[in-house]
Amino acid sequence: MNRRKKTIFLICVSIIVIFSVFIGGLIIPETALKADFSIKNSSPSLNHIFGTDYMGRDMFLRTIKGMSTSIIIGMVSSFISVVIAVVLGTVAGTFSKYVDGFVCWLIDFVMGIPHIILLILISFALGRGFKGIFIGIAVTHWTSLARIIRGEVIQIKNEQYIKISKKMGKSKFYIMKNHILPFIIPQTIIGGILLFPHAILHEASVTFLGFGLSPETPAIGIILSESMKYITTGYWWLAFFPGLVLIIVVVLFDILGENIKLLINPYTSQE
Amino acid sequence: MNVIKIIFKNSIRMITLLIAVAIASFILVTSSPIDPVQSYVREGVAVSAEQREEIANYWGLYNSPIERFENWGKNILNGDMGTSLIYRKPVSEVIGEKFQSSIILMSISWIISGILGFVLGVIMGVFESSKIDKFIRNICFIISSTPSFWIGMMFLIIFSVKLGWFPIGFSVPIGVSSDNITFSQKLYHAILPAITLSFSSFSNIALHTRAKITEIMKSNYILFAKARGESLFNIIKRHVLRNALIPAVTLQFASISEIFGGSILAEQVFSYPGLGQTAVDAGLRGDIPLLLGIALISSIFVFLGNIIANILYAVLDPKIREGAKYSE
Repeated sequence: MNRRKKTIFLICVSIIVIFSVFIGGLIIPETALKADFSIKNSSPSLNHIFGTDYMGRDMFLRTIKGMSTSIIIGMVSSFISVVIAVVLGTVAGTFSKYVDGFVCWLIDFVMGIPHIILLILISFALGRGFKGIFIGIAVTHWTSLARIIRGEVIQIKNEQYIKISKKMGKSKFYIMKNHILPFIIPQTIIGGILLFPHAILHEASVTFLGFGLSPETPAIGIILSESMKYITTGYWWLAFFPGLVLIIVVVLFDILGENIKLLINPYTSQE
Repeated sequence: MNVIKIIFKNSIRMITLLIAVAIASFILVTSSPIDPVQSYVREGVAVSAEQREEIANYWGLYNSPIERFENWGKNILNGDMGTSLIYRKPVSEVIGEKFQSSIILMSISWIISGILGFVLGVIMGVFESSKIDKFIRNICFIISSTPSFWIGMMFLIIFSVKLGWFPIGFSVPIGVSSDNITFSQKLYHAILPAITLSFSSFSNIALHTRAKITEIMKSNYILFAKARGESLFNIIKRHVLRNALIPAVTLQFASISEIFGGSILAEQVFSYPGLGQTAVDAGLRGDIPLLLGIALISSIFVFLGNIIANILYAVLDPKIREGAKYSE
């Protein structure tokens, strides 16, 4: 198997696994998660491969459902982050020194408050809950991608064809739309996919701290913070498996991003 | 001369950023729909209209936001961050107290993650695309996609619950008066959280160091050193480490922000009463002055880290240090 085949294979596997977790979570009915106290706190077995929790709910189904919620939140909020990053990154690279300075200052500003504290502040401002976590993640994750795009734009700006276009009297906006934006699309796609793991991990962390989704929603952070209460009792499966699934999904997204990067880049796609 | 200019420029930048942080966090916190009076007396407790009126008046909740910000800002400049609602003590006192236990945790893990990350990065970079490189790199990738609080929970399950080597939580033994606590006891309680915390940043440092080292290994001066017949150890000592030092320092200081964020999660898992747990408490129970104070202190921390990195950059790198003399 050569590199290209391996790359495509890895991309397909990641997409299939992520997609099945996502769809699986959507089609699991609420009734499958109802409490059954006769089997509470049972350790992993063939019937319940991840064990059951203190209310006798199947941990496997809860985990998949929680993961699916996390994937939705991660996807939408990283999409918003990417849009912000592209707009600010290109604007900073294209327009005057002052605009550039302002965007850089803005990036420093958002990065200046430790991430989790900023998320806590935003979640607090929006009254906690779904909206707080969603907006919080969307407006805090664009900084590194915006920096990359800005660098890219500045590099492209000095190319001959941009200079010619300028001499031919095209406006800055025209150049940005027709000559710069098409070039940063690959970076943007990859950046967006690689943003995703961060978004999901932060969602889980903030929910774990108690600022995110309400305790009724099935979410990985909620499941893990619930299992914290039982940690001294030795019910290790409550924490172990949901975390493991979270790691697998995050790693798969990383693999997806890295391999698409190899495929999009003409220097590495044919190896 | 050059160094002084850099310090001056950075300080101005830091001051404008800090003012912005103060304004932004103030707007965020005061626009919250969470009723501060209700969260002050805890959820579910009935408060009569008069009592509510009295508390709100006492806090100045009926003043306009600009007036409140003016008041708060003036007090901050005088070093008064207000009174914490949970602890009923001045915020600066609470932060100072909690900071002492947090700083042990953060500095231990900062040192561990810095050294471990750098050493692993150098090993990976020098032996690029060998088996060792692939092995360590995969581990680093997996660790960087693992939430640090989950690692903490696994440590608790394995080392505290199953093996009983370490305490389950808290920064000091239970039932011992605060005068009798020795430094070693504090350290003993901080080990597990500190290791957890260093897991949140060492893999990133290692991967970035690796990228730098592979770049260095491909350079012409390494090729020439090899051609001269220098041993691998000498090449690493004389050429690789020196050139990797500057990016390593930047990475180290940039990781402060990450360590600070990670400490919130690690402290929560180990119920370690530090700054992070206080921030969570303040957020959950609507302690606005304390939350604002912690936000400010943490960003001062991060900005100081950045500034130190920039200054060290200028001091360490002869190109920047001497640059002014030759280039201009």
